Amino acid sequence: MELTHRELITAIHGMLFGGFFLMAVFGAFILLLELSSSDRCAAEAPARPWQAVYLIAMVALGWAAVVSGACIVYPWYRAVAPAGADLTLYPKFLLTAHPATAGWHNLGMEWKEHVAWIAPMAATMVAWIMIKHRAAWNASCQVRNAVLGFAAAAFLAAAIAGGWGAAINKKAPVEGGRTYQLMGNAR
Amino acid sequence: MTTPTPPNGPVAAAVLSCGSGCFALGVLAVAADGSKALAAALNFYKPSGPLSGVTTVAIALWLACWVVLAIRWKSKQLAFAKVSAAAFVFLALGLLLTFPPFGDLLLGR
Repeated sequence: MELTHRELITAIHGMLFGGFFLMAVFGAFILLLELSSSDRCAAEAPARPWQAVYLIAMVALGWAAVVSGACIVYPWYRAVAPAGADLTLYPKFLLTAHPATAGWHNLGMEWKEHVAWIAPMAATMVAWIMIKHRAAWNASCQVRNAVLGFAAAAFLAAAIAGGWGAAINKKAPVEGGRTYQLMGNAR
Repeated sequence: MTTPTPPNGPVAAAVLSCGSGCFALGVLAVAADGSKALAAALNFYKPSGPLSGVTTVAIALWLACWVVLAIRWKSKQLAFAKVSAAAFVFLALGLLLTFPPFGDLLLGR
């Protein structure tokens, strides 16, 4: 059972950072819904330490996902294929070489590469308010609605990016580099 | 004894700057797609191409806007509904601008 270096890094980007970020944002949204109930707000509870740790971890995962994607995986994806090269090592060119698959890049990747960044930006803002300005959250229904709205937007952006990323990587996987033997023998 | 209402200025600054940052990201993405000169100028990290500059500039604008507004609104009580509405308009436009068919429509493709 083998895994190439690029496959491993792509899995870390998408499944570890991106996947856990998506789950964490959804969890945060549910937490915010629970905290926004009127009786809880009336209690004016400060942020509990575990909530702060959870939100900081969520934000770190979000930034790790977009930065690793843009700086490591995306350059492998978009690398220019030399004439006569095996296109399976050049996913963008593999997809755009045929009209039936070009949409995966022209719509999917073009959308994903930009919309993904909205998720950690919104998640950072949400976490900041919940950790540093909990009193304002407790005091105002308008603040609670705004924070919930941006948390929902973060989830939407992460879901779009993650969904397209998974589908594109299934259609034209990022491959290459050193091979790691995970189990069994290569022969 | 009641607790005084905390100023909502810092929260308004965070919300509005986040919305504007998302809008800046969308505008830069469409602009870089439509202008080869801008795309070249935003090519900060060659392996990633213009995406590196689009995201770096958008994040820099978001953070700069956040810092400036947070300082200016530190102890202010603002009409939060208006600030929030503006932030959501920016956010919605930012999301829409990152959708390639909408960008292509604006660029007349």
